[in-house]
Amino acid sequence: MRSTFTIFALLTMALLSFALYEALVVAPTEQTMGDVQRIFYYHVPSAITAFLLFSINFIASIVYLVRRSPRADALALTTAEVGVVFCTVVLVTGPLWARPVWGIWWTWDARLTSTLVLWLIYVSYLILRRYSSSGQTAVLAAVLAIFGFLDVPFVYLANRLFRTQHPQPVLFGGPDSGLDPRMRFALLMNMLAFAAFAALLSWIRYRLERARQHFEETQALDALVNPVPGSNRSINNAG
Amino acid sequence: MTAADSHPVASAAPQATPVVTGLLPIFFSTLRKDLRLEWRSKDAINSMLFFALLVVVIFSFAFNPTAEESRRIAGGLIWVAFLFAAVVALNQTWARELRNQVLDAYRVAPAPANSLFLAKAFGNFIFVGVLEALMTPLFMVFYNLRSIGPAYQLAIVAAAATWALVVNGTFFATISLHTRSREVMLPLILFPISIPALLAMVEATTFILTGEGSPRFWIVLLAVYDVVFTTISLLLFETVLRAE
Repeated sequence: MRSTFTIFALLTMALLSFALYEALVVAPTEQTMGDVQRIFYYHVPSAITAFLLFSINFIASIVYLVRRSPRADALALTTAEVGVVFCTVVLVTGPLWARPVWGIWWTWDARLTSTLVLWLIYVSYLILRRYSSSGQTAVLAAVLAIFGFLDVPFVYLANRLFRTQHPQPVLFGGPDSGLDPRMRFALLMNMLAFAAFAALLSWIRYRLERARQHFEETQALDALVNPVPGSNRSINNAG
Repeated sequence: MTAADSHPVASAAPQATPVVTGLLPIFFSTLRKDLRLEWRSKDAINSMLFFALLVVVIFSFAFNPTAEESRRIAGGLIWVAFLFAAVVALNQTWARELRNQVLDAYRVAPAPANSLFLAKAFGNFIFVGVLEALMTPLFMVFYNLRSIGPAYQLAIVAAAATWALVVNGTFFATISLHTRSREVMLPLILFPISIPALLAMVEATTFILTGEGSPRFWIVLLAVYDVVFTTISLLLFETVLRAE
């Protein structure tokens, strides 16, 4: 198990390095925006990775509600956390890119607002997990995850409708509109690299969460079998 | 001999009281109970009304619009005020049940959990609806509002919007029962998910008030939102209620 992890980690590092090289050196400089456009190779793959992770969170939450498997719960928590990290990267690299190119840090257009709302939904999921005081955290969180994910199409629809009715200046014709093939290759490499990186982070986090679950279980069992001396809580003393 | 004994209660054979487990009878009896309790104490309505009024006054310091402008922003202001006031109502959805351990009784009762959910949601719907009916004339006065579009559409929007808020709100109130800082958790998890509905209700209201454009798409979006989230709430409520 450990060797598989090490091999995968090394592979991911190699992939990330290659993707970085592709993005910063090999890919041609964009016509209008110049070198700043290279943030694109981090911005878009992060967004796709975040959405992939949130989709996995949705499925894991459903599986948890059906099977009550602690592994599904660990996966749900992991993908939500790592997904929020990548979504944060999107929300930070976006304005960093926007400022030199559009002259503004932020605008309430459809895509940006939807991504922000997505981030808000999953942060609220993490807050619920942190603030839950019962042993049923997993169930409640899974339910919220389902609500949150089903809300996403509404968020996109509402924002698209809002922005078509209040037209904003056309800012960017979509990331793939007429993309140079060398750019497309760099983008693909980065998507792969980021997906691998997300998988690595998720692997680590998942193992950590499973270890925490085992620890809690052991603690609970221990409290049952070995009571605190002086208290009358023990399964050995009947009544 | 107490007064009770003097009544000839079914003295012959002890009759078993019928166990009521149907969805509708329990729904109606729970709803009636909640409405009666609220009517007597007027807890929720009073605090909601005062809170909404405060929000309106405070907003008046943030914006100082002309009549034309006020029609454009009133939609947003109204719904933000109603949203915050609705949270006040939603937070006390389960307050009485918690105080008297009634919730545990509900959990073990054979009654279908959904009847409880629907009763609570409808109760909240009625409370927030009453608030809206009382606050709307006040809004019209404070912001010199006069609807340019057909005003009856406002009622449709209000109904769909209020249901969107209370159906999710009642559900999340149940979730936040099991959290620390319960009152803060409810808006924290309710607001992000309600954003599409909020956008829809604000836009629809603005379009009706200003008469610029058709609110139809927004009303349809609200209706679809209502259907989807009512369905999920009904499917998942039992899970959340039984989670102790």
